[in-house]
Amino acid sequence: MLLIRCPWCGPRNEVEFSYGGAADVVYPPDPDALSDAEWGEYVFVRDNPRGPFAERWVHTAGCRRWFRAVRNTVTHEFREES
Amino acid sequence: MRLPSGGRIDRTTPLTFTVDGVTHTGYRGDTLASAMLANNVLAGPSIHLGRPRGIVAAGVEEPNALVQVGPEPMLPATTVELTDGIEATTLSGRGRLATPNDGYFDKTYAHCDVLVVGGGRAGLAAAVEAGRSGARVFLADEQPELGGSLLSTPDTWEWLDTVVAELASFPETRVLTRATVFGYYDHNYLSIAQRRPGGGRLWHVRAGRVVLATGAHERPLVFAGNDRPGVMLAGAVRTYLNRYAVRPGRRAVVCTNNDSAYATALDLLESGAEVLVADVRDEESALAALVRSAGGEVRAGTTVTGTTGSPWVTSVSLGSETADCDLVAVSGGWNPVVHLHSQAGGTLRYDDATAAFVPDVARQAHVSVGSANGELDPVHPLWTIPAADGSWDTHFVDQQRDATVADVLRATGAGMRSAEHVKRYTTIGTAHDQGKTAGVNTLGVIAEALGAGTPGPTTYRPPYTPVPFALLAGRDRGALLDPARVTPIHAWHVARGAEFENVGQWRRPWYYPLPGETMTEAVLRECRAAREGVGVQDASTLGKIELVGPDAGEFLNRMYTNAFAKLPVGTARYGMMCTADGMVFDDGVVLRLAEDRYLATTTTGNAAAVLDHFEEWLQTEWPDLRVHCTSVTEQWATIAVVGPLSGRVVGALAADLPPKFMAFVDTTVHGVPARVARISFSGELAYEVNVAGWHGLAVWEAVMAAGEEFGITPYGTETMHVLRAEKGYPIVGQDTDGTVTPLDLGMDWIVSKRKSFVGKRSLRRPDTARPDRKQLVGLLPVDPDDLLPEGAQLVAPDTPLDPPVPMLGHVTSSYRSAALGRTFALALLRSGRDRLGQVVHAPLADRTIAAIVTEPVFYDPEGTRRDG
Amino acid sequence: MTHPDRLWRNPCLKWSYDVVIVGGGGHGLATAYYLAREHGITNVAVLEKGWLAGGNMARNTTIIRSNYLMDESAAIYEHAMKLWEGLSDELDYDILFSQRGVLNLAHTLGDVREGVRRVNANRLNGVDAEWLTPDQVKEFCPIVDISPDVRYPVLGATLQPRGGIAKHDHVAWAYARAADRLGVDLVQGCEVTGFVRSGGRVVGVDTNRGPIRAGAVALASAGHSSVLASLAGLRLPIQSHPLQAMVSELLEPVHPCVVMSNHVHVYVSQAHKGELVLGAGIDPFNSYAQRGSVHVVEHQLAAALELFPVFGHAHVLRTWAGIVDTSPDASPIVGPTPVPGLYVNCGWGTGGFKATPASGWVYAHTIAHGEPHALNRPFGLDRFTTGALVDEHGAAAVAH
Repeated sequence: MLLIRCPWCGPRNEVEFSYGGAADVVYPPDPDALSDAEWGEYVFVRDNPRGPFAERWVHTAGCRRWFRAVRNTVTHEFREES
Repeated sequence: MRLPSGGRIDRTTPLTFTVDGVTHTGYRGDTLASAMLANNVLAGPSIHLGRPRGIVAAGVEEPNALVQVGPEPMLPATTVELTDGIEATTLSGRGRLATPNDGYFDKTYAHCDVLVVGGGRAGLAAAVEAGRSGARVFLADEQPELGGSLLSTPDTWEWLDTVVAELASFPETRVLTRATVFGYYDHNYLSIAQRRPGGGRLWHVRAGRVVLATGAHERPLVFAGNDRPGVMLAGAVRTYLNRYAVRPGRRAVVCTNNDSAYATALDLLESGAEVLVADVRDEESALAALVRSAGGEVRAGTTVTGTTGSPWVTSVSLGSETADCDLVAVSGGWNPVVHLHSQAGGTLRYDDATAAFVPDVARQAHVSVGSANGELDPVHPLWTIPAADGSWDTHFVDQQRDATVADVLRATGAGMRSAEHVKRYTTIGTAHDQGKTAGVNTLGVIAEALGAGTPGPTTYRPPYTPVPFALLAGRDRGALLDPARVTPIHAWHVARGAEFENVGQWRRPWYYPLPGETMTEAVLRECRAAREGVGVQDASTLGKIELVGPDAGEFLNRMYTNAFAKLPVGTARYGMMCTADGMVFDDGVVLRLAEDRYLATTTTGNAAAVLDHFEEWLQTEWPDLRVHCTSVTEQWATIAVVGPLSGRVVGALAADLPPKFMAFVDTTVHGVPARVARISFSGELAYEVNVAGWHGLAVWEAVMAAGEEFGITPYGTETMHVLRAEKGYPIVGQDTDGTVTPLDLGMDWIVSKRKSFVGKRSLRRPDTARPDRKQLVGLLPVDPDDLLPEGAQLVAPDTPLDPPVPMLGHVTSSYRSAALGRTFALALLRSGRDRLGQVVHAPLADRTIAAIVTEPVFYDPEGTRRDG
Repeated sequence: MTHPDRLWRNPCLKWSYDVVIVGGGGHGLATAYYLAREHGITNVAVLEKGWLAGGNMARNTTIIRSNYLMDESAAIYEHAMKLWEGLSDELDYDILFSQRGVLNLAHTLGDVREGVRRVNANRLNGVDAEWLTPDQVKEFCPIVDISPDVRYPVLGATLQPRGGIAKHDHVAWAYARAADRLGVDLVQGCEVTGFVRSGGRVVGVDTNRGPIRAGAVALASAGHSSVLASLAGLRLPIQSHPLQAMVSELLEPVHPCVVMSNHVHVYVSQAHKGELVLGAGIDPFNSYAQRGSVHVVEHQLAAALELFPVFGHAHVLRTWAGIVDTSPDASPIVGPTPVPGLYVNCGWGTGGFKATPASGWVYAHTIAHGEPHALNRPFGLDRFTTGALVDEHGAAAVAH
């Protein structure tokens, strides 16, 4: 049961959140301009590092806000960010 | 035998119990194990070899004495508090399940500043110190009373009483007894199993800091015949003597490689037993003199090399000599209980002095103290003690798994170099005790076998000791497994005798059988009413999301395949959504309530997912769009009044009616504020009456009353499905399965060419744009009475049925139609639209059904009936 | 349980091999065996950073079935099933393959439709499958609660009679022994730290024990596929998640088959020794920690007690987690990569164990011929560009 710090509500149990996978993947401004390979990469391919990982969470059972966090995928520790 | 005095047992409360049907007596304060020992009762025979076994330990590390108590299997007798009338059966390493568990199990979630695990000397000291600071302290101990190993040392009991009293005086300190901390999870979250009368409580504690004062488990020595009943751990012997006033033998050989067993020797002498200490160390212990002065014998550089006796030990070999005895108390050193430290991610290091793994670096906010931190007597490590005849097949490393040094040697001989391999090959460490006494010895034996210097490391996983399924399940059983959602009209449906189906968490009326009516008959009757007169359905479960803000229209344009920005206020439009992958995600009707306000309806099962989807895109991709989403599913009760006579029913109740199809008005129905929309999922004239949830039942009853003269008929999801299928309307999740695009459904008209939307780009990928994809078509069985099973696979008529058979698609929906007077179906069929008019076959287990491929619209293709 | 007295050599590492397989789990070992046995390629090393079969192979719940919905999946898993059926004999090692039947329970009308669809598809694909009514479920597995008044009543089930369980360690060791005998070098404690490139082609690996040349490098490192591929500059459509499982203490036989329930989220069998083996759903977050959250286990056991009231007095003896590669369509990725000389086998998600023989078989073919076998051609990386997914979400044991 991870303890996840919602930027708006403070630290709460993992069960209040949903996971959104990798952060910082931007929706292409013009999908039609992309090749099939580029579009496939956007839809299906995400970083999957061992170590620090910028990821998205949403406080589903709380404020319902999405936020970004950096968590280590080996230790599960969140990096404190100001 | 039971000593005449001493111990912490209550001699005024004798208790009667049975083991394997034989009645014995013990006392309050006994464990089942101490009472068994007092009565010379053996444990069950070993699992594979059937060797007689006795009680070895006094705590959770016990390898042998597993019992079944009533319905509960596999309890170490050392952990069972004796109560009057216990009926225990000894087990050979395997228990029995027979009955459900009706015990009461609940859960508590708590926070504390400091969680102290273990109420022995170190844990008590830590808890008192933390308690004095005013911190919120939890102290959890697995025993019925605090004290840990102090309970086996009477001269500490006065101090113990003082400390326990001081702890009780701290208002913020909470002591949990019979409470085993079994799991140490991420972010200092620990789980505690507490035994309670008739059940248990699972505590989940988020702790600021954790003090691990979990003590140590003693190791046996590995000599020939070390499993013979009467061979016990020295510390356990001391516990039985002092805590339970049970002396397991009169003539004891104490065999040790460290000083700790001398206390046992002295206590045995004090109790009147004869004692011979065989100390494997060549250099005599400073404690030897004490033993001698108390009347015992000590031999340095000596060890037990074998045992005899049946079933109980009667003598041991000490090299070339033999010594008669009825008790062998052994100590091979101690293993700090590092399980929780390791579970928490802490690392271990091998300590040469104590020949044990001790906590090294903590990963979370925890500290180990006392013997759990390796504060132990130094030992002379001795992983194996050869027998005179050179054999290794009665040198038991793991008694519960009947695994010996010979087994380890076979594993290493087979090529295994990893301790994990050897454990798996021999099954050492996998039994109920999870190798608490066997583990480090095994590593030592392996290291010796491989000629390695020191044992390799190991890791520990939850739970520390076995935890009942029922405790972990807690109250989330039966109706509480998953909350059932019902509409405000639910009680009416129940009273009407509806059959229900689960849709997501919702309970929805499936159909309403009249007395004696089959499902088929009921559904045909309901369909007929909706097509010919008037039917009514509780549609309250449909998801409803309000989207408010100046950019709501633009947002909907981006989410739906079709456009909503220019939808006139007061009207509604059917819409469809795709995932980024271009596959159909959900559909529903969207109403424009005002310039800046829409109401999107979703499928029943997908409502939460659609709201999540909206919010994700809004917040993470387009935070510039000014839109707020609010779920209003449960705020509204929705009553669909359907059929050519629906207008007369609703007209009798509503102050105003929408002017045309796909329009709505905010008005009153039956005197309460209502939104009435002309929306039809059946093709018939239909009105959807939405009122506040708390008016739902009253308005439903008013609709029923107003419709009585027209024979208004309530219908459920099955009839809804038939009616929509007759019109060729797909159901997301039934006629689609995550691999179907809007184009596959033949709904090209709903896919905007002009605007962008989520998933649009995916539609022109090579595979997604193939012309021979599976497409939604209708099927008419050649025999109009034949009902295609939903899920039937379709093949070309001339296909040989030798697997693998090339399949063209499958039947997604199939019904008997009252309106058509026959059966019909929807299917996803490869190149389906090129096969219109052709015959396909559905090969079933026992027969094949032939059907003609048709357009998926079977009823009123011109759409003339929607206006009544 | 008797094992052979000789399992494998512990050979010295050579500086060059025709094929280097990265990962000594079930799939890697099977691949090595079939390379040697089917294709005569014996100058092969399997490099394992820890101990052989110590990753997901040691951590899975050993369920074997081939009743997948999609034709492509049914074909490869059924190929695996046929290999399983002869494996103890072929490898001369009792893998304790027990074809006791796998039930997939249906709890909603949607489940029923999906189940019937799968049974029909399975039969036409040559996969044994039956649809059982609740009473037939009870007959096949008497401890399942089929009463209609529970929260999610059992409405029926698919049955694959040939499905069952095997003993994971035996399987791994059997392949290892057989590969070793054919000359394959099984090298433990050897971690790949990078790839040796020449003109864009992968021609070897760097390891903690020095560089090794290779005619071909084949990844078989489930859980860590992304990390290894990234060393070659390759991004995979894979995410790593913990998948938890647990066992009870040893119990007298009580559960005769394998039961899976997607809707109530549980799968259970009783292993040969007598322990109940239960699987939980994946933890939602990315992780390489082999550690999950306890609430996932709690939900799992609540579900287990709903279906099997008789489990109420059992105890959880041990929990653990593996790291599974999950792919976007819940189907594996097996084939060549855009990097010449480098092959990938990953993305089996929660279903890797049951595929072991076929995975090794088709992967060996792919490596030997430089192009996929017909059975794994649909499972290439290119499908994420063309959109030709093999979407098995409905057929996976756990909801992704």
